[in-house]
Amino acid sequence: MSKVYKYGNNVDTDVIIPARYLNTVDPKELAEHCMEDIDTNFAKTVQTGDVIVAENNFGCGSSREHAPIAIKASGISCVVANTFARIFFRNCINIGLPILECPQAVANTDSGDVLDIDFSSGVIKNVTKNKQFKAEPFPEFMRKIIDANGLIGYICEEA
Amino acid sequence: MGMTMTQKILASKAGMDEVHAGQFIEANIDLALGNDITTPVAINEFNRSGRAKVFDKNKVAIVPDHFTPNKDIKAAEQCKFIREFALGQDLTNYFEVGQMGIEHCLIPEKGLAAPGDAIIGADSHTCTYGALGAFSTGVGSTDFGATMARGKCWFKVPSAISFVLKGKMSKNVSGKDLILHIIGMIGVDGALYKSMEFSGPGVANLTIDDRFTIANMAIEAGAKNGIFPVDDIAMEYVNDHVTKEYTVFEADSDAEYDQVIEIDLAELRPTVAFPHLPENTKTIDEVGDIDIDQVVIGSCTNGRITDFRIAADIMRGKQVKKGVRVILFPGTQKIYLQALDEGLITDFVKAGAVFSTPTCGPCLGGHMGILAAGERAVSTTNRNFVGRMGHVESEVYLASPAVAAASALTGKITDPDKL
Ligand code: SF4
Repeated sequence: MSKVYKYGNNVDTDVIIPARYLNTVDPKELAEHCMEDIDTNFAKTVQTGDVIVAENNFGCGSSREHAPIAIKASGISCVVANTFARIFFRNCINIGLPILECPQAVANTDSGDVLDIDFSSGVIKNVTKNKQFKAEPFPEFMRKIIDANGLIGYICEEA
Repeated sequence: MGMTMTQKILASKAGMDEVHAGQFIEANIDLALGNDITTPVAINEFNRSGRAKVFDKNKVAIVPDHFTPNKDIKAAEQCKFIREFALGQDLTNYFEVGQMGIEHCLIPEKGLAAPGDAIIGADSHTCTYGALGAFSTGVGSTDFGATMARGKCWFKVPSAISFVLKGKMSKNVSGKDLILHIIGMIGVDGALYKSMEFSGPGVANLTIDDRFTIANMAIEAGAKNGIFPVDDIAMEYVNDHVTKEYTVFEADSDAEYDQVIEIDLAELRPTVAFPHLPENTKTIDEVGDIDIDQVVIGSCTNGRITDFRIAADIMRGKQVKKGVRVILFPGTQKIYLQALDEGLITDFVKAGAVFSTPTCGPCLGGHMGILAAGERAVSTTNRNFVGRMGHVESEVYLASPAVAAASALTGKITDPDKL
């Protein structure tokens, strides 16, 4: 069960983790500042297992992997959006942060709703509104990377 | 079915005769790049992969540019970490402060980007080298780490939007205005997951520096890469800089595009992107009265010699408006020297501006020109997101060097034609 933090279009990596904090790679320290430029409450209230839901082009801007690392380290279990920016998308796959593209779920979910997500089947249940949606499952190639817990796991298996 | 220019490069690097949009491939990489922010994470991932040595010490480049010269102790520790790695791996292409520059200005200048190359960089503006007919794209640190380990990177083959250019830009209009115009037209996700391929007779009227600027900002439309045909102008640059072997690719005449957009360069006006997205564009005629506190000219978008020539021609013999801070920062040491030799730095300093050593500095709100709450900057950089150049209540207006230089003299966003 996960509580939703909902955001709009074009949430960029500069607000997910501002550049002024990029002089560290410590996930815990990054998580303390996650989203602070658009939502000062996020880092204070987020609980392990919670979900971010956003509209178009989530994660646009810089390639900083610190952005998905900060989100993952803050305890977020999945990000659901209409679309993701492409570098952010591949960073999530590569570090093993679950993400799903599902515009219907986004349209029918508000901040504070409780979701129940089965990542492997792509089924997203909005418990608060008693509705159910299905995201496109990932192509096989990406599944392999995710199943190996990210890209490094994947290339270790190969070696 | 024909392939786009990008698809042909990817097919070749994947060792395949043909690829199609949507297909997953693994491509051999000609250059993998990282900076002082993204490389520390990449080194940790590389180490986790269990490899002792990078796949090819000539094909990995590390450029400390974001927080350098080190802005604080933490940045110094990060730079020390990547320096020790680079020296330990005996990397040919590690560029220390003094030889360095902003990565996307430096890599082409060092001849490390060539037509037909497949290049990845743990920095989103790696798409810059499409100006030379390379496939180059930004990735994350894990991709960089994994590519250092095995010399290959996974891609989903992109479809493409074709931009057919004709005509010639008028005075005081440059590549920056074209790319801002395009982003304003298609939006910051208008080319999401796609290539932006430029063609048409108008390409011949774009300098190589215009093309670097345009390809650089492909990511601001969400694109995977931007790419130009390799014509005489590109070849002149390549012949002056590149010594390695390369192959020139062309799009097939029957290549399929998701969309074809024709643009008459003669119709472009100086264009400004308002806060807080590069797609919020207005022509200079629609801007209105906007007072500014700071002007920034430089970055991997507009920190090349032509940019400083344009700015100097406008500022020479004049004075920066009282109360406005003007900061110029060149892309590389070579550009710095050129600006020095041509007397441009003297022009800027006499006008009351600051000319910095090469660094990303103010572009990402790192150092050397941070904005306070409520302040406004006109900047030739590429992003105007919330808090990008400092306080979350500051504002960044993106513009060309000509508009930025004109604004420096008046303290308002200004049409250089009206000075
Ligand atoms: S100049 Fe700005 S956009 Fe370019 S690499 Fe540096 S921080 Fe990134």
